[in-house]
Amino acid sequence: MNEPAIQIQNLTKCYGPHCVVNQLTLEVPKGCILGFLGRNGAGKTTTIRMLMGIVPPTGGSARVLGQPADAWTPELRARVGYLAEGHHVYGWMTVADCGKFQASFYRHWNWDIFHAIIKHFNLRPNHRAGSLSRGQRAGLCLAMALAPEPELLVLDDPALGLDPVARRSLLEAMIYVTRKSGRTILFSSHLLSDVERVADRITVMDRGILRAYCTLDDFRARIRHFVLHFDGTPPSAPDLPNLLHSFRTDRELAVTLVNADGQAESILETLRPRRIEQVDQGLEEAFVSYVGERGEKSFFLHNLGARS
Amino acid sequence: MALTISITSGSPQPIYRQIEDCVRRAILSGKAQPGEPLPSVRALAEELVVNPNTVVRAYSELAAEGLVAAQPGRGYFLAERRQTLSLAERRRRLAEAAATFAREAGFLDFSTRELLAAVEAALTQPPKDSP
Repeated sequence: MNEPAIQIQNLTKCYGPHCVVNQLTLEVPKGCILGFLGRNGAGKTTTIRMLMGIVPPTGGSARVLGQPADAWTPELRARVGYLAEGHHVYGWMTVADCGKFQASFYRHWNWDIFHAIIKHFNLRPNHRAGSLSRGQRAGLCLAMALAPEPELLVLDDPALGLDPVARRSLLEAMIYVTRKSGRTILFSSHLLSDVERVADRITVMDRGILRAYCTLDDFRARIRHFVLHFDGTPPSAPDLPNLLHSFRTDRELAVTLVNADGQAESILETLRPRRIEQVDQGLEEAFVSYVGERGEKSFFLHNLGARS
Repeated sequence: MALTISITSGSPQPIYRQIEDCVRRAILSGKAQPGEPLPSVRALAEELVVNPNTVVRAYSELAAEGLVAAQPGRGYFLAERRQTLSLAERRRRLAEAAATFAREAGFLDFSTRELLAAVEAALTQPPKDSP
């Protein structure tokens, strides 16, 4: 009953000496909308493809809805909706053909959902799939992924190339899916304002390594930005272990800290600034500070208060 | 409905906070009356296109402050206004608000008398609803 929707244990994929996914361990509870974040090449798509049983892992294991991810059964396929990166469709088919073709693979297929989403994206059944716009193609793919009413929906960068209106339709569809409780969605995205709207939790991957897995609010709360005002030239930033980023101007020193506690603040006080201002950051700023340009970092954000 | 709730994503302010503030503003400005129902969690989540848990969080924080009351099975309603914060907590929040004001207005080179007059004017004027 309380079995997680996805369990990943030390999952690793290496191409030669280069590991694109390195010892990934993660558990996604049922009913969660998980935003999967990371820069290009961070290992998101490879992780998803290993989960979907398309790419064999070099090491470790994963379970999807309790079943091993390296041996997908048709029963498991029927319970999982997968939207591959790039919104691929057979161009010579019409929208209706695509629906019929896909439906033939499923025991359960809800045409009402298929047609509702088609309509939502301004598609007509006689449109040829090959002549659709990017957003319409995304709509068609989404309709095909949602019509079987899957328990788990995995969307690999579904918003890629979509205009703001189509993106909003996509988010609406995601919220709609969770009307039935216990439905789980994993979606990767670079659009942090979308993630902020719909995700309960986020994972952040960076160069194959899991760097954060926590609620959105926790992520924002743990990454804090301080501006220290000085009367003269500010000193350089103190050598704090949890310093993510610092920036100096004529009279100010700005520092971004991860997992800042009272102690860090008292260290900032020792620089004797005129005043310290804590500035709220949006999710996007927090993310950029966290996976920004600085070299190796070993921070890991994890919330212990995981729901049971 | 007199209660309009709108949010923007990408803001430094978390979405649940924005929802709370909309409800708070509606109450303070008298646009929404005690006893009025709040939109259901599902309905508001679908209208704003946000995660339903975000709405739950906003509503429960408002409930903890005594601004809204949950009626099991019927949803959330605007509560009769009453003070639920302790005197010490009220004093702390007032000091915090005053410090923020002083910091922001301090740069503007007005006399203390002018600043106080502005505060007085703001208190007597019903707060404007932001767009």
